[in-house]
Amino acid sequence: MSIRQLSVFVQNEAGKLQEITDCLYASNIDIRALSVAETQDFGIFRLIVDDIDKAVSALQEEGHIVKITDVIGCKLEDRPGGLARIVKVISAIGVNMEYMYAFLTKSDSAYLVIRVEDNDAVEAALRARDIPLLEESDVTAL
Amino acid sequence: MEEKRYYQKEIETMPLEEIRRVQSEKIVKQVRNVYDNVKYYRDLMDEKGVKPEDIKGIEDIHKLPFVSKSDLREAYPFGMLARPLSECVRIHSTSGTTGKRVVAYYTQHDIDLWDECCARAIVAAGGSKDDVCQISYGFGLFTGGAGLNGGSHKVGCLTLPMSSGNTDRQMQFIMDMGATILCCTPSYAAYLGESLAENGYGPEDIPLKAGIFGAEPWTEEMRQSIQNTLGIKAYDIYGLTELSGPGVSYECEEQRGMHINEDHFYAEIINPDTGEPLPEGEIGELVFTSLDKEAFPLLRYRTRDLCRLTREKCSCGRTHVRMSKPLGRSDDMMIIRGVNVFPSQIEAVLLNEGYTPNYQIIVDRVNNTDTFDINVELTPDQFSDRVKDIADMEKKLVGAMRSMLGIGPKVHLLPPKSVVRSEGKAVRVIDKRKLHD
Repeated sequence: MSIRQLSVFVQNEAGKLQEITDCLYASNIDIRALSVAETQDFGIFRLIVDDIDKAVSALQEEGHIVKITDVIGCKLEDRPGGLARIVKVISAIGVNMEYMYAFLTKSDSAYLVIRVEDNDAVEAALRARDIPLLEESDVTAL
Repeated sequence: MEEKRYYQKEIETMPLEEIRRVQSEKIVKQVRNVYDNVKYYRDLMDEKGVKPEDIKGIEDIHKLPFVSKSDLREAYPFGMLARPLSECVRIHSTSGTTGKRVVAYYTQHDIDLWDECCARAIVAAGGSKDDVCQISYGFGLFTGGAGLNGGSHKVGCLTLPMSSGNTDRQMQFIMDMGATILCCTPSYAAYLGESLAENGYGPEDIPLKAGIFGAEPWTEEMRQSIQNTLGIKAYDIYGLTELSGPGVSYECEEQRGMHINEDHFYAEIINPDTGEPLPEGEIGELVFTSLDKEAFPLLRYRTRDLCRLTREKCSCGRTHVRMSKPLGRSDDMMIIRGVNVFPSQIEAVLLNEGYTPNYQIIVDRVNNTDTFDINVELTPDQFSDRVKDIADMEKKLVGAMRSMLGIGPKVHLLPPKSVVRSEGKAVRVIDKRKLHD
C-alpha cells in the first residue's frame, strides 16, 4: 500500500541543489511533493515523483547518492483538525513519526506523506479509522 | 623459475657477512671521495675531527657527521656535488613542498645503479620480460616515472611510459595493451580502481596482476582495498630523491616490510632527539648512506621518516634488511591541540569503519584554538533518508577517531567525488594555521 519516496544526498553548498533539480528537469521528471532536511554540512532532498525509476537512474548516472524508502501516503480533509486527526491515530498506537510533509491538490483534499518505523502498524490503524490510504499510482496519476 | 624470482640473485641473497664486507669496502672509498671532492663534507668532517683514515669499515660509520635537508638547502645548487657537471648526465628534483627544492645529480653509473634497484623491485613483484608494465607515475623532474621506467627496461618488460593523469587514457591502455603491472602512487591506484569499476570492469576483467605503489604514505587497509578493486597484489616501494628515487627499498611476495638494497644504501635507525643509534626492532628515524653513488653521495642522511628495521629471515630468500612502512614522515606529522597526528592514522580509522580512503584534513586556528576537520565521502550504501542516521554515523566516526588519536575531529560526511582527487601525490592535509604565523 505504500508509496516509494526518493531521497538524494546534497552537500550544503551553493549550486549543489541545482545540480539535482537540473538533472530531474532534463529527464522530464514531474515532482509531486518534496521536503528538505538540512544540517550545517548536508541536506537530504526527499521527493515523490511521477516516474521514480527514471529519476533514480538519471541521478545515479550523474553520480548522486540516492535511496528509495517506502513511506505512507494518506488523504486528509483540507480543513482545521484534518491533520490533528491523523496524528492522534498514530500517537495512540505509540509509533514514532520520523518526519512528514503534506501537499494540496486541485481537489478539496490534502495529501500527507508520513515516514514511520513500522508501516504495517500505522497502515492498519489508519485503515481502522477509515482514513483513505494512497497507492503509488494515485500519486503519479495526479 | 629460480632466475625469475630475483633480478640479481647473488647480491639479493648474499649472506650478512658478505654484505658487511661489500659495505665496508664501499664506505672507505666513499668517505675518501667526499672528503677530497666536496668542500661542504670536508668542513663538516673537520669540524667533527674525523679524518677519512678513521673510517676503516662500515662499523666506523657512526663517527661521521649527519647531514639533513637543511644542509642540502644550504649547499644548493652545487655545494654537494662530488663530480664535475661534465660527468653528470641528469638531474631530478623534489617538489619543494616543504621549502626549497632539493636537486640531485646523476652520473651514468648512478642512473644504472638506480635502474637496477627498481628492476629488483619489479622482479620481486613478479615481473619478467613477459610483463607489460604501465608507469603512471609522473615523468619529469619527479623521480617516480624515470626510476620505474628504467627498472622496467632493465627487466625487459614492455614498458608503457604513461606519466600521471588522463585517467581515460590510462584505463584504455591497461585494458587494450593488457598491462600486467601498474606503477603509480597508491592514491592514484585507488582512483584508477574506482574509475575502472565505474566503467564496469571488475577485478576479473582487469589484466593487471601486480602494482608497485609508493611516493606517499599508505596503510595496510588501503592495500587491501586496492588489491580487491583491481584484483592484484599491491607492493610498497620506498625511496627519496636525495638518494636516487624509488627503489631504495621494496617489498617481496611476503608483503611484510621492504628489503633495503644494502649493497648501495646503508641504513641506520637513530633516536631523532639524541642522534644515538637504536637497537634492531626499535622505532626511530631512518638514516641512509649512499655507499657507491658518484655525483651526489650522501653520508648519514636523516630522512625524517620514522620506522623500524628487522633482520628476521624472509621466506623469499632475500637477505637484505627489511624496513617497516614509515609510520609517518616527521614532516607529515601535525601537532593539533598539542597532540601528534599522522594522516595515516586517520586513513586507517576510515577504512576500518567502512569508508573510502577519499578524505581531506583541514586544520586551522580560530581564537587561538586549533580546529580539526575531516571531510569524508559517504558511499551509496551508507546513505539514509533520515538525518539522525547520518548524524549517528558521524558521531561513531568521531568516537573511533578520538580513541585512535586522543583528540576528536569534526567529521563532515559529503557526497561522492566532493573530495578533490589527485593524479599525483594526494593533498590530504590543508593546514591553514601557517597562514597566520
